[in-house]
Amino acid sequence: MKLNIGRFASYFGAIVFTVIFAFPLVFMVMSSLKPDFNLLQDVGTMRSFLPVGPISFDNYVGVYDRIPLLRFIFNSLLVSTITVVLGLFVNSMLGFALARMEFRGKNFVFAVIISTLILPFEVLAIPLLYLMVKAPWISFNGGFHITQGIFNNYQVQILPFIANAVSVFLFMQYFKSLPKELDEAALVDGASWFMIYRKIAMPLAGPAIGTVSVLTFLPMWNSYIWPVMTVQDEEFRPIMIGLQYFYVNFGTAWGQIMAYLTILTIPVVILFLSMQRFFVNSIATTGIKG
Amino acid sequence: MQSKVKKQNAAKRAENKTARWLAAPGLILIGIFTIIPISLALTLGFTNAQLLAPTNPDFTGLNNFKTLLGVSAVTLHAAKQPDGTCAVDENGEIAYEPLRPLTRDNSPRKDLRGKSEVKRIFANAEKCSVLVVVAGDPVFWRSLTNTFFFALIVVPVQAGLALILALLVNQRLRGRNFFRTVYFIPTLSSMVVISMLWRFMYQQDGLFNKSISNFMPGYAPIDWLGNPKTAMPAIVVLSIWQAVGYHMIIWLGGLQTIPAELYEAVRMDGANKWDEFKHVTIPGLRHTFVFILITITIAALGLFVQINVLTQGGPLDSTSTLVFQSFTRGYQRQEIGYGSAISFVFFILVLVIALIQRSMTKRLDT
Repeated sequence: MKLNIGRFASYFGAIVFTVIFAFPLVFMVMSSLKPDFNLLQDVGTMRSFLPVGPISFDNYVGVYDRIPLLRFIFNSLLVSTITVVLGLFVNSMLGFALARMEFRGKNFVFAVIISTLILPFEVLAIPLLYLMVKAPWISFNGGFHITQGIFNNYQVQILPFIANAVSVFLFMQYFKSLPKELDEAALVDGASWFMIYRKIAMPLAGPAIGTVSVLTFLPMWNSYIWPVMTVQDEEFRPIMIGLQYFYVNFGTAWGQIMAYLTILTIPVVILFLSMQRFFVNSIATTGIKG
Repeated sequence: MQSKVKKQNAAKRAENKTARWLAAPGLILIGIFTIIPISLALTLGFTNAQLLAPTNPDFTGLNNFKTLLGVSAVTLHAAKQPDGTCAVDENGEIAYEPLRPLTRDNSPRKDLRGKSEVKRIFANAEKCSVLVVVAGDPVFWRSLTNTFFFALIVVPVQAGLALILALLVNQRLRGRNFFRTVYFIPTLSSMVVISMLWRFMYQQDGLFNKSISNFMPGYAPIDWLGNPKTAMPAIVVLSIWQAVGYHMIIWLGGLQTIPAELYEAVRMDGANKWDEFKHVTIPGLRHTFVFILITITIAALGLFVQINVLTQGGPLDSTSTLVFQSFTRGYQRQEIGYGSAISFVFFILVLVIALIQRSMTKRLDT
């Protein structure tokens, strides 16, 4: 009997929390389907959580008309994908070297990577901005020129985020878990270390690759502060910056804003549902190993 | 024999060489985009660097830090009237001598020059005096206390709530995967999106105010984000709502490493649920606990996006934080030197807290 009360309390708690976590999101999606008048009228009643009244996709059409939506989506996908792909190479190579090979200065490199793990990006954003404004870049304009400043382009959104201490750490942990005999056997067979990395370690690193991809893609898709500071041209702007277009007449187009927030959220939720295993494993293991 | 040694040495050299090639791209990128910015943060604070100025920055020594950290105090007096009370102005408030002449650049008190009032304390009715605390940058001190206020609430509440959620969905409940997913979804969405959504709900005619007034007729709607008293607590609530699912997953990872045999063993000894929790679960979660403590603390100290989207530090600097102030000065006002000085202080703060927590880990391990 006592057990049943416990179970009942658990279900009750789980459902209460479900309501707490779900209601703003349900509210967001439902509001995105309503004209502003109905949306504001429904606020504060149960109707705001239900698809009732004149339901349509007008707000989504409105978003499409107001901002260069497809351009922004393309930019975000491009920047995120390039960063993920380059990051997979760079970080796995460094992680492999640290996990399985001996080289001079290894302990120092390891210490540097661990200590950058605790630094929030926000601390580095201002000096990094200064660096990018002053940095030289080779541009092609009929011939090669050296110009000053890396901003207002794709590079500035990609370059600083390719190498990542967390990704290096995750790859390192994974490569450490593979049996050492693999390397020894391959070396006896005359394979080079680079071959071991490419033909043995990487093909076995599926789970780590999945985890790192997800953990890189998400913050890149969601990035906001860095592009606000470095990208002024609409041509290169990522999707999160699109929100600024709705600040102008703030308070007048809530339906469109809710539609845009829904557009921003849906891809990551789909990504999560399709790669849930990687997500949950990655986060859970960082906790255990950290 | 000698050739074998030679061969081994050659293999060692090859290993060394390949390792360097493999490590090089990552190390070069980390060097340029992490190590150089850290060095810049540590040095630009001692200059008057401007973001887009064509000239090179000048070394200004400790000037930025003197402004940033400079605090002083001065006693102001009011005239005492024959009846023993203090002179008052037309509003009925005690008419102290003005502070302004003391903080001007030609002030007789050098330590007060260029500073502004932070707080009046120790008003003395007998002597008709009041102690005024002045600082070179009052916004900095507001930002510092706001940052700590936020962290002091968010760290324990978020860690505790995440543990409750983890314990809840770690049981064999029907639909527990559904519950986990729902709790986790706010984490996926960016803080920018969540902030905009909550901004709509916090509005004067938003979801919260209208819902409350439906239950309580005569309720005067609160401008949650526009009131200095409620703005920071409102941001605390939405921040915890967004991030708690992430730490739930980390706790779950920790819970699942505790061997089931341990639970069976204490159950055999006749332990009840609470004993199980106290003697098996809590000790088993030590490492996870430290990790969660560190990640939430650092994230909380870096509070920025919510402020940038919702309040811009207002009203009356009640939601300004260290990172937000460093962003405003360094980027919006282009005073990279001063912004870096704030980053410097923030950097030291994070470092000290990380070291304290690291030493706590060591103690837990023994």
